[in-house]
Amino acid sequence: MADPISSLLRISRRSLLASTAAFLSSASSVRAATVSQGLPWGPNTATPPVPVRPGPWFFFTADEAAIVEAAVDRLIPPDERGPGGKDAGCAVFIDRQLAGPFGRSDGLYMKPPFMPGAPTQGYQLSDAPAARYRAGLKALAAHINSAFPGKSFATLSPQDQDKVLAGLESGSIALDGVNAAQFFALLLENTIEGFFADPIYGGNRNMAGWKLVGFPGARYDYRDWVERHNEPYPLPPVSIMGRSDWSVRE
Amino acid sequence: MRRALFAAIGFAALTGAASAQDLQRFDLIERGRYLAVLGDCAACHTAPGGQPYAGGLALQTPFGKLVAPNITPDRETGIGNWTEDEFVAAMRDGRGRGGKRLYPAMPYPAYTKMTRDDALSIRAYLATVNPVSHAVEVNQLPFPFNIRLSLVFWNALNFTPGRYQPNPQKSAEWNRGAYIVEGAAHCGTCHTPKTFLGGDKSDAPLAGATLQGWFAPNITTDPRVGIGGWSKDDLIEYLKTGTNAWTLASGPMAEAVFHSTSKMTDADIAAIATYLKDSGVGAAAPKPVTVALDGKAMRAGAAIYKDSCAACHRDSGNGEVNLFPRLSGSALVQSDDPTTLLRVVLQGSRAVSTSAKPTAPAMPAFDWRLNDDQAAALLTYVRNSWGNTASPISAGSVASARASLASAP
Amino acid sequence: MARKLPAKDVVIIGLGWTGSILGYELAKAGLDVVAIERGPWRDTATDFPPAYVQDELRYAIRLDLFLRPDQETLTFRNNAGQTALPIRSFVSFLPGNGVGGAGVHWNGQTWRFLPTDFRVRSHLEERYGKDALPADMTIQDWPLSYDDIEPYYDRFEKLCGTSGKAGNIRGVKQPGGNPFEGWRSSEYPTPPLKQGYGATLFAEAARKAGHSPFPQPASNLSEAYVNPLGIKLGQCTYCGFCERFGCGNYSKSSPQTCVLPALLRFPNFTAQTESEVTKINLDGTGTRATGVTYVDTSGNEWEQPASLVLVCAFALFNVRLLLLSGIGKPYDSQTGQGVVGRNYAYQTTSSVGVILRDKVLNTFIATGAHGMIIDDYNGDNFDHSGLGFVGGGYMGMWQTNARPIETRPVPAGTPKWGAQWKKATAETFNRAMSLGTHASSYSYRDCYLDLDPTYKDRLGRPLMRMTFDFHDNELKMSAYLTDRLAEIARALDPVEITPSPRKGPYTIDIYQTTHNTGGTVMGADPATSVINRYCQSWDVHNVFVPGGASVFPQNHGYNPTDTVGALAYWTADAIKGRYLKNPGPLM
Repeated sequence: MADPISSLLRISRRSLLASTAAFLSSASSVRAATVSQGLPWGPNTATPPVPVRPGPWFFFTADEAAIVEAAVDRLIPPDERGPGGKDAGCAVFIDRQLAGPFGRSDGLYMKPPFMPGAPTQGYQLSDAPAARYRAGLKALAAHINSAFPGKSFATLSPQDQDKVLAGLESGSIALDGVNAAQFFALLLENTIEGFFADPIYGGNRNMAGWKLVGFPGARYDYRDWVERHNEPYPLPPVSIMGRSDWSVRE
Repeated sequence: MRRALFAAIGFAALTGAASAQDLQRFDLIERGRYLAVLGDCAACHTAPGGQPYAGGLALQTPFGKLVAPNITPDRETGIGNWTEDEFVAAMRDGRGRGGKRLYPAMPYPAYTKMTRDDALSIRAYLATVNPVSHAVEVNQLPFPFNIRLSLVFWNALNFTPGRYQPNPQKSAEWNRGAYIVEGAAHCGTCHTPKTFLGGDKSDAPLAGATLQGWFAPNITTDPRVGIGGWSKDDLIEYLKTGTNAWTLASGPMAEAVFHSTSKMTDADIAAIATYLKDSGVGAAAPKPVTVALDGKAMRAGAAIYKDSCAACHRDSGNGEVNLFPRLSGSALVQSDDPTTLLRVVLQGSRAVSTSAKPTAPAMPAFDWRLNDDQAAALLTYVRNSWGNTASPISAGSVASARASLASAP
Repeated sequence: MARKLPAKDVVIIGLGWTGSILGYELAKAGLDVVAIERGPWRDTATDFPPAYVQDELRYAIRLDLFLRPDQETLTFRNNAGQTALPIRSFVSFLPGNGVGGAGVHWNGQTWRFLPTDFRVRSHLEERYGKDALPADMTIQDWPLSYDDIEPYYDRFEKLCGTSGKAGNIRGVKQPGGNPFEGWRSSEYPTPPLKQGYGATLFAEAARKAGHSPFPQPASNLSEAYVNPLGIKLGQCTYCGFCERFGCGNYSKSSPQTCVLPALLRFPNFTAQTESEVTKINLDGTGTRATGVTYVDTSGNEWEQPASLVLVCAFALFNVRLLLLSGIGKPYDSQTGQGVVGRNYAYQTTSSVGVILRDKVLNTFIATGAHGMIIDDYNGDNFDHSGLGFVGGGYMGMWQTNARPIETRPVPAGTPKWGAQWKKATAETFNRAMSLGTHASSYSYRDCYLDLDPTYKDRLGRPLMRMTFDFHDNELKMSAYLTDRLAEIARALDPVEITPSPRKGPYTIDIYQTTHNTGGTVMGADPATSVINRYCQSWDVHNVFVPGGASVFPQNHGYNPTDTVGALAYWTADAIKGRYLKNPGPLM
């Protein structure tokens, strides 16, 4: 421990002053409701995203996850261009989304009365995505059980899986208590989201989706490229959390 | 009757505030108000949201708390019943009422340079401020640091009282600038490196110092790490508006610009600039070797810079005048002490808003985005690109900075 | 029981573009001003830094910056024969939230209306005869002319630093600009943005077809700029994360980048955030407002007395607030009587998807207001004789992004998933672009806003009900404009084009624009307007609705913000120059 007197004596007035917030705004802190006499600011007050970590399923049961993983791999199949939905992490993405505010329909207007409306009036049912997946996957499992005795969706051949998915999409397969076409549309929408969203959300692993189409990702400066017409953009995609070139240790 | 009246006037003349007999009271107070701006008294003596000069701002020292006292004219809790001599002694000798020694948190080692007239002008101004009943327990340091007697030794080693002595070989403007910089504006209190005892290093005035999470940069004329590359106009613009072609004031300097330098007269700012551009360089640190661009850290740093920084600071490192600080050729970027750089990148910062330049843009925080290796690589890259030369940054120093910022933002 | 606060001179409801402009002008004039904003404080480095704002899922899909329907929404029906149901999730239009309002996440497309737009009914009747307009079309002349408002357009554009090329400076046509625009007093404050490949190809084709393409006027700045308030903006970096996103590097004009740093320096200005104004309070006579009541996040009610009340919320919510406060007579579509909620209109947009052969378009390099446009088919710039509709719009190539969740063009008939989908998506992404038309939406007797009889918000107040559908006039117009655009598209030698004219019925389930207009119309006649020429309420003289698209009598073929900003300055001048000198009805 440093000599206390010398440490004390290293004091200068400025060094003793408390956080910079005290300097920079004579009035409110950043999230106070009343703002006057200067723009509020405080360190680290932003809301950075929290990257998804790999690990056990948050929302899906093992059976549900098996169905979803198999489904996303048919919706976006692996081929010579790159990984399919499963290796790209689409099921992980959906799992984490359903466990969060999206799954709960946080922020949506969910007051009754719920009545069916015209197609122009939008979705009018009271079930949030989490509930829709539970019900949809359960009904799908039941359908597979009866249509393919002894099999589950994951153990069907890819061709049969495709047939089932097409049947859901068109509504020609009826699911018990669930509108098959609407459920399929939700699953497809979330799969695509997972494939192309920033990898921090669990999908688009290694930026597979972005590499497929040539989207440079979370870049923010193209000034030197606007007028370079008909030239491919050379830099690799980058995620909000960076890319492999950011690593010092290889 | 007339004798009594004369006697009364004589008595008032002896004890009244107007020691500068030739100044009308209004002029004296106005002069004192301005000197309080030069001295930035409000920064410590006015708590945020508190009454002007009523004290109460807590200063966190490594050893506990000191609280700036109430210097309004309240008789019980302020300085209303202090004599002239007591006030001057506090400002210039570090002695409070009854001879109590003041902690050098009060920058008496700088204020000692001020004339008695100037000190008493400040007193005259403070006497007109609204008296506020606000008792402040100044010394909240724990034992044994609350024993003021230790300051006898500190003062003996580090404090030489005395007025500013003009340099006859320099212009009046230069001397005025020196008087302000060395005295009321007490720039060295932050910008002069300290000895291990906490006193000023007399052989390296204004060569930069670190204080609890901020590095107050070198403001000598060193061309690489000081203001040698700044023109006099650059310096004037910075002090007056908080920004110039190179950078924007933020952190503790934002406060100094906001409360003090932006409110100085143009003549005084020019004088400060004249002095600082001719203050004579202290011992300049030897120039390090530029880190080669092909190392792993530099390549990673280049990729991070391109993806995270160039949208504002540009591929060229030139930034945007008065908006995004210029990194190429920046003295702060090349400073040996990277404390401010680390802090700004990890936690972000906001520039000062002045009436001339109200924008107050802010740097966002990157601590959540970059790990220690990445932040170190990035800073090494920035410190050694575009003609910059500075020591590399280690992951360990990033980690320490993170830890300090977490405990004392 | 609401607790009463000390009185202020001015209370401003909502701190978006109009609230910021009025706040600045009146605080500068020395008045004591408080702005009450329902949403949170927002600022660049703390809320949309360029470190994580480029997140399509969070901002464009999950709509992080926007109003939550749970806090406020509307009910919707196409016509009075339906029961209106709640908009449970916003899709067709996306109201903003928070300090800065929609000014934070708009695209920056900055357009003036045409001189003929300001006297649209008179002009159309003069040219095509009184029978040319459908009987149920309720368009009306504005109570001010283009010449009246031109200096204010200029002022707002200079506040923003808008980038563009003038086409008409004081009557003298300028090459490279819009030959149809109304006269301007000066060139744009900054030069036009650089254009991408797709827009350049479109412009060439349009020129060959005899049109005059010009760069879209953009409040994404082509270069750094200091505005008249002394605030500095930066240069746009063409990042492609514009609409729905805050700008990370100070290069999109917004209240944050153009006004707030100067506004917050006034000691006589305060912003009260996360506080929702529930009602404008009136005195016993009902002709004078005494202030507002608002609710904080703890549910406490506060009364803010003020001498002047400025209704500066988003267009739809201005209307609702007047209805809930009993200011002005509510519109009854059956009788045609009343004015509050009348003449609700929208925007009629369409697109032409284009897939080219072997081009590298890099459409992800974009700004919100990037692109080349032709205005030949806007307003009454062309002869409508025999076409069967009135109105028009601009068209061109102004693709604002290629963010892949939203933008994944594929040839027509491609399956929506599977191996073929993957192949088509990969091969088409950088060879495709979207052209668009952006056209007028005139007002009709049966398109209006009123209070819903059934559904309530979280405070128990009735939601507003929107009754709206496209009329034949707009659908015919859209088909015509889309055909004209498709003709130009064909000249690009595409592999495929997909014209998609707007089709009815209007659905709230597909994104179109957030250009909701009308409901508190400004006009010369109190029988057909809610506010007068100076944006002052006919009924309550100390209540103004200063701009906000709710004052539009109908919507013309351009984005509303430039007109909204101009009207805010127009109203500020009226308040400072006329009202404050002699408070009372100005007309």
